[in-house]
Amino acid sequence: MLAAILDHYNYWLIIFLMMIGLYIVVSRGNLIKKIVGLNIFQTSVFLLYITIGKVNYGTAPILTGQPETFSNPLPHVLILTAIVVGIATTALGLALVVRIRESYGTIEDEEIAVSEQFQAESEVNQISS
Amino acid sequence: MLDMVTIVDVVLLALLSTTAVAILLMRHLFAVVALTGAFSLLSAGLLVTLDAVDVAFTEAAVGAGISTVLMLGTLALTRRRESRPPRLSPIGLLVITITGGALIYATPDMPKFGDPNAPSHQHIIPSYIKGSQDEIGIPNIVTSILASYRSFDTLGEVAVIFTAGMGVIILLGRRREDEHGYSEDVAAYPLKEQNKPKINDETTT
Repeated sequence: MLAAILDHYNYWLIIFLMMIGLYIVVSRGNLIKKIVGLNIFQTSVFLLYITIGKVNYGTAPILTGQPETFSNPLPHVLILTAIVVGIATTALGLALVVRIRESYGTIEDEEIAVSEQFQAESEVNQISS
Repeated sequence: MLDMVTIVDVVLLALLSTTAVAILLMRHLFAVVALTGAFSLLSAGLLVTLDAVDVAFTEAAVGAGISTVLMLGTLALTRRRESRPPRLSPIGLLVITITGGALIYATPDMPKFGDPNAPSHQHIIPSYIKGSQDEIGIPNIVTSILASYRSFDTLGEVAVIFTAGMGVIILLGRRREDEHGYSEDVAAYPLKEQNKPKINDETTT
């Protein structure tokens, strides 16, 4: 029983983290909070990949001259790339949040929807009058 | 079976979960951003126990450093509090139950944690590890894969960063005025002197 848990506990805890991130994105209306949720989701995916690369009794993949067991370096390379791409998309998302705040005066999705509705109605009134 | 590394691993994952739940419940955005930095730092610690030292470096510098600075800058330009109190979202709960359930249902098919015979360690990796010293000459295998064996991936990454940087510059770089002389941040700061419409001056004179 303990062996079965030890085989997969890392995956389960990381999936739990992922789901918290996803829940923040779905349930919270504040745009900065949504981006934070996306970041949590993203970091959990990184941890999942690195978990797959782990080898028991392995060390960091740096050659020291002695014969050693190394963990799989390929997920490390993929995730290095993913971290940098992740910060680029986060920066773009935050820039969008700043622009939305400038145009609508708010960063709450419900208030943005109300403002859009109001704008559409006033346009209709202008045309009919 | 329960060695030191496993215990550290579980403790770090428990701390990460606590931080994530705190972020979920917190309404003060400044605290949320600070906790995001802590989350990145804890995950960097976890990456070290999983032997990914290069990734831990990058995560600590980029995740805990640059991304926190960017978010604090955004907070300075927007506002500090979430207006809606946290409430239960039934659709959200449904989505995470189905997604999380499906993922956990799939985990028994995954290779065991730390299994040296897992399929992902069999193909091409042994030749990278064996050939790295002679073919590239760098002791760090991650660097030799990143910069040499898989350097086109890194080139693609640079293209993505360039595109994102262009996007940020286009979004924030200049302020346009429309035909009435309104600058675009009128909606955000309607009472500022320079934002008052110029068209009024013409009609009164």
